[in-house]
Amino acid sequence: MRIALFVTCLADVMFPDAGKATTRLLERLGHEVVFPQAQTCCGQMHVNTGYQREALPLVRHHVEVFEPFEVVVAPSGSCVGSVRHQHAGVARRSGEDALAERADALAARTFELSELLIDVLGVEDVGAYFPHRVTYHPTCHSLRMLRVGDRPLRLLRRVRGLDLVQLPDSDQCCGFGGTFAVKNADTSTAMLADKMRNVLSTGAEVVTAGDASCLMHIGGGLSRLRTGTRTMHLAEILAATETDGR
Amino acid sequence: MSTYLGMPTLAPRGVGLLRGDLPFPAAARTALADTQLRRNLGHATSTIRAKRAAVVGEVGDWEELRRAGEAIKTATMARLEEHLERLEREVAARGGVVHWARDATEANRIVTDLVRATGADEVIKVKSMVTQEIGLNDALAQAGIAAVETDLAELIVQLGGDTPSHILVPAIHRNRAEIREIFRREMPDVDPGLTDDPRALAMAARSHLRRKFLSARVAISGANFAVAETGTLLVVESEGNGRMCLTLPQTLITVMGIEKIVPTWYDLEVFLQLLPRSSTGERMNPYTSAWTGVTPDDGPQEFHLVLLDNGRTATLADPVGRTALHCIRCSACLNVCPVYERTGGHAYGSVYPGPIGAVLTPQLTGVEDNPSLPYASSLCGACFDACPVRIDIPSLLVHLRARHVEEQRAHRRTPTAEAITMAAASWVMADPGRFSAAGRAARIARPFTGRRGRIRTLPPPLSAWTSARDAPAPPPETFREWWSRTRERQ
Repeated sequence: MRIALFVTCLADVMFPDAGKATTRLLERLGHEVVFPQAQTCCGQMHVNTGYQREALPLVRHHVEVFEPFEVVVAPSGSCVGSVRHQHAGVARRSGEDALAERADALAARTFELSELLIDVLGVEDVGAYFPHRVTYHPTCHSLRMLRVGDRPLRLLRRVRGLDLVQLPDSDQCCGFGGTFAVKNADTSTAMLADKMRNVLSTGAEVVTAGDASCLMHIGGGLSRLRTGTRTMHLAEILAATETDGR
Repeated sequence: MSTYLGMPTLAPRGVGLLRGDLPFPAAARTALADTQLRRNLGHATSTIRAKRAAVVGEVGDWEELRRAGEAIKTATMARLEEHLERLEREVAARGGVVHWARDATEANRIVTDLVRATGADEVIKVKSMVTQEIGLNDALAQAGIAAVETDLAELIVQLGGDTPSHILVPAIHRNRAEIREIFRREMPDVDPGLTDDPRALAMAARSHLRRKFLSARVAISGANFAVAETGTLLVVESEGNGRMCLTLPQTLITVMGIEKIVPTWYDLEVFLQLLPRSSTGERMNPYTSAWTGVTPDDGPQEFHLVLLDNGRTATLADPVGRTALHCIRCSACLNVCPVYERTGGHAYGSVYPGPIGAVLTPQLTGVEDNPSLPYASSLCGACFDACPVRIDIPSLLVHLRARHVEEQRAHRRTPTAEAITMAAASWVMADPGRFSAAGRAARIARPFTGRRGRIRTLPPPLSAWTSARDAPAPPPETFREWWSRTRERQ
């Protein structure tokens, strides 16, 4: 299958490993990955901070860049959530009904990575090898906007060598919330403290999730406290094989 | 959209409990530092969450019930004025008197005048959010009338000189040791050896209140529902103290927000299932009191209904924001909210805290009087899942943030630093050439990087991030650079 990668602005600039891993994984599974170079950002930060007018050109650009492709994947639950649940609304708020319809049509063929693997490609065992103790944080937008359910866990359970431990209170938000982490830094940090306590209680070496943004938050806290637990994107674990030596 | 003459009024300033002294982030900072509060809230909300989850899980058609609740509310709001006029006619036909109050000031004056006319200088009160919203107790006190809260938790709040911090459990921020201290300090006739055993505390409150019930001539209540077709008012409660107030005194004055109306008794079938399971985590609430006008020689012989707007019509005028009026005040969204769980209710500065408060309060007061509330959420979405009438609170929060930004844009001469940043980011991100250059430019942050590839301090406003969290260092190569290098120059 020919799959267009929407790498997301955050992964592009700050966490390219998530994008590289998504590419390698899909290619290993026999698919063609294309990266439309004109892509930029879905505009979620603008929408969620109240700047819908500024988000409109980003929505239009995203639709124009990805419209030619039959299947789009993003290694991010919240960016797919924005494409699926916000883009058409941003267009309608500015009276751009035609753009809204195009956005809805594109959203219907845009998938978060675990959705693509299980629902579209029909694969649970991706042939990965990752001999580490791992806990999974189901990010809020994957869980409650996209309803990915246990798809990421089903993928992780089939990774050879991986010791998967249940994260207590896993459905609780890590406190990131985009600009919330800065506007309400104290509350955000209090939420993060509880998330880290739960992560550390599992004894996991690695905490993984389907969103680089939440991992940036959790990882930023774990690193500040020198906990010795690291974060990795779900795609990085699924892309890992015996030959990686990780 | 329907047309209207003039702007609907907002809840006025200087009266009632809809505006805090501090913006949310500052008020939250104080609350977060109170470790006893954190402990009390964490314990209470997790207990209620578990109870709710258990009883909601028992109902096979819970999702259908939620959709029914949503549909009834949507249909009712679309023809609110017809239902209100019907209610007015039916109440009047059964011996009640209906008063219309544009805002808190008018409602307080109406109630004060009604109490004065009875000659009473003390009234007993059923737990009511709306009378807290309008600051009725303060208004009565200024007129020399003492209002006695009879709901146990509201009594604790009142005796403690405090304000409610939760819709259902207003004293959720207090533990029993603190409650014992309040009772020992504030109840004149309490046993000085009172312990913090819950039963002992309840019995102390009981004997304190029983005397009030038997002497009071006037009661004031809110309403959970008003049935338009018969003019019937309903209060649901757990203690029976509300029932005492609704039946013993000679005069009953009920204040209700105009959104509390349901057209028919059939509609209650849905809400009386949704409400107790969502709020107290019970299959059915212990006391459901319903009264219709005046019944000769039985219960209050004088009944007044005050219908309050106080910003509700203005809320209704927003086709997106109006769904906040569907709220049945169950407080399920508070109990599942990770922000509320950590800050408690006082940080919101409004009698309506938590996620629903963050979308309702700014609409009642106007967004610019509460601009920090729509941002008091990480948009985690737990509130939407818990809401028994399916109010999409995260989308409402995002909508109100947009309203705030639009109002700022309309009224400010110079844009805020945030608005400039957002506009610049939009300009960069709308163009792949500019975006790609910016991605490369992010590497200017690399000199800030510590030994472990992490950034420990950043300048404001990002210093708010690095106050407690490391920031990642920009990688030596962006994804698109890697792609160009490895895939396109093979």
